[in-house]
Amino acid sequence: FGAKTIDEDTWDDLEAALIRADFGPAVTEEIVDAIKAQVERYKTTDPKDVQRMLREIVEERLAKYDPTLKLTERPAVVLVVGVNGVGKTTTIGKFARFLRTYDRSVVVGAADTFRAAAVEQLATWAGRAGVEIVRPEREGQDPASVAFQTVDRAKREGIEIVIIDTAGRLHTKGGLMDELGKIRRVVEKQAPVSEVLLVLDATTGQNGLAQAEAFIEHGGVTGLVLTKLDGSAKGGFVLAVQEKTGLPIKLIGQGEGINDLTGFTPHVFAQKLVG
Amino acid sequence: MATFGNLSDRLAETFKNLRTKGKLSAADVDGTVREIRRALLDADVALDVVKQFTSHVRERALGDEVNKALNPAQQVVQIVNEELVSILGGQQRRLQFAKNPPTVIMLAGLQGAGKTTLAGKLAKWLVKEGHTPMLVASDLQRPNAVNQLQVVGGQAGVPVYAPEPGNGVGDPVKVAKDGVAQAQRAQHDVVIIDTAGRLGVDAEMMKQAANIRKATNPDEVLFVIDAMIGQDAVTTAKAFQDGVDFTGVVLSKLDGDARGGAALSVASVTGRPIIFASTGEGLDDFEPFHPDRMASRILDL
Ligand SMILES: Nc1nc2c(ncn2[C@@H]2O[C@H](COP(=O)(O)OP(=O)(O)OP(=O)(O)O)[C@@H](O)[C@H]2O)c(=O)[nH]1
Ligand SMILES: Nc1nc2c(ncn2[C@@H]2O[C@H](COP(=O)(O)OP(=O)(O)OP(=O)(O)O)[C@@H](O)[C@H]2O)c(=O)[nH]1
Ligand SMILES: [K+]
Ligand SMILES: [Mg+2]
Ligand SMILES: [Mg+2]
Repeated sequence: FGAKTIDEDTWDDLEAALIRADFGPAVTEEIVDAIKAQVERYKTTDPKDVQRMLREIVEERLAKYDPTLKLTERPAVVLVVGVNGVGKTTTIGKFARFLRTYDRSVVVGAADTFRAAAVEQLATWAGRAGVEIVRPEREGQDPASVAFQTVDRAKREGIEIVIIDTAGRLHTKGGLMDELGKIRRVVEKQAPVSEVLLVLDATTGQNGLAQAEAFIEHGGVTGLVLTKLDGSAKGGFVLAVQEKTGLPIKLIGQGEGINDLTGFTPHVFAQKLVG
Repeated sequence: MATFGNLSDRLAETFKNLRTKGKLSAADVDGTVREIRRALLDADVALDVVKQFTSHVRERALGDEVNKALNPAQQVVQIVNEELVSILGGQQRRLQFAKNPPTVIMLAGLQGAGKTTLAGKLAKWLVKEGHTPMLVASDLQRPNAVNQLQVVGGQAGVPVYAPEPGNGVGDPVKVAKDGVAQAQRAQHDVVIIDTAGRLGVDAEMMKQAANIRKATNPDEVLFVIDAMIGQDAVTTAKAFQDGVDFTGVVLSKLDGDARGGAALSVASVTGRPIIFASTGEGLDDFEPFHPDRMASRILDL
């Protein structure tokens, strides 16, 4: 937006920037139209105004949802779900540590009994975070029963927060999605589920929306976690996800270190997204 | 496996309108090109690739081959198909084996792309083809990546060279190098090196990958990329090309409903062929990549 005056190039550049940030063609068109209307209304010719309007529009759209985590139940049970390799297990490690720094007691449940070495990976993170872990008693144990045992342990020992890791699953696989519903139902026999966090990878494109819709349907998602924001991908698809699903972003992951997790601030995120 | 399902529906819709008419006007072509552009963007094809692609198609659609065609609309479909196949790599490309074994295959890619799983898939497939592969655990970063590779190697029934525990302990370059030497001693004819996931923007980790490459002189460096990736495919693919320079691409997680525009983006921007498609979590879930089939599927022909 370095030009002197607003012209066709300004709009082309704006459109390209939004597409490249993965907003998707539909949202891009909406935003460009909205800014064109504002430029018309305020009769501005300064490209800097376009940049400012863009930031404001994106921030406003992101700020419509409440990013607060609801962890007041005791125990507060958090299920972590998402497609393969997005960063569920890593996020749990970081989140457990984050909760420890607020002196909450935490137990994590290794209900990914499927992926090679998933239990060991979670155990490593539990060790780093200084929290307890409940492992499957045998290989390939039903994930719902591991989740059950984890909540059970929290109740017996008075542990405040339970975080359940689940296996990555593509949202298109009916059987695996049904399994999530089962995990949830089994947990709910003992304690209400406080949060179901859907982890989305910032490198994802327009498929993110299909992921969110399917996980909402099967898992009753309450919030989004956006990971891998330390890379070159911007994660603009979450705007469409939020607006179509009404789900807030609750956590942001930006690295593989244990402290690379933050809450969601619309202002900061909009700034990173559109400059 | 309707990877490009929505894209093909979209194009089919556009072409349906065209098919009802006789000759194509410039306005018809513009309309079609706009639809193709929108469909490709919805499919996560990178913007620059979309621009290039649509301008090619537009040029050809306005030319003689279409005007003289009996069925101009069909001719446009043909052109789109040809252009897609040509970007996706034309002929199917096979894995390159070394003249003097062992053949060294290095895997590289973003975090969570599917490298370690692919190591197991390749190993199992190679065994079936009569090879004697060995896996090398050079991801010493990601928690329990070494254990994961050992499990996967066990499932594939192949040995895993894992002298270091990982989780931050050990030198991945040395392990890779020693792994190749070990394979030579033990007469394994293929060595597959699993490496840590890394970001394109992480200069230090990219340098490590380059060093692994230098130390092992691989016959193939396979860049594994998630079919769900969006516009970042190009930036990341370029970063890996500049950083390690891969020889081929593997598209993973094609068992989902992602439209997989990354296939077009990466092939177009790097000029490297897509060799395999990964289609599930099981070790048998992968197949050679067929550019022509993929293009046909895109167009729903
Ligand atoms: N750069 C970066 N890497 C991340 C981030 N979060 C996770 N990762 C990496 O992404 C890869 C996958 O992370 P996991 O936590 O295993 O993902 P998952 O969703 O549990 O994966 P599955 O259980 O296999 O479905 C690992 O290499 C992580 O270190 C992040 O915020 N930034
Ligand atoms: N559905 C599906 N899942 C896959 C496929 N390939 C790999 N996965 C899953 O994706 C997740 C990540 O796979 P990994 O092989 O650990 O990926 P990676 O690239 O080695 O990850 P890092 O080492 O953390 O960078 C795991 O849950 C795998 O089971 C595929 O083709 N389809
Ligand atoms: K991924
Ligand atoms: Mg996991
Ligand atoms: Mg790996």
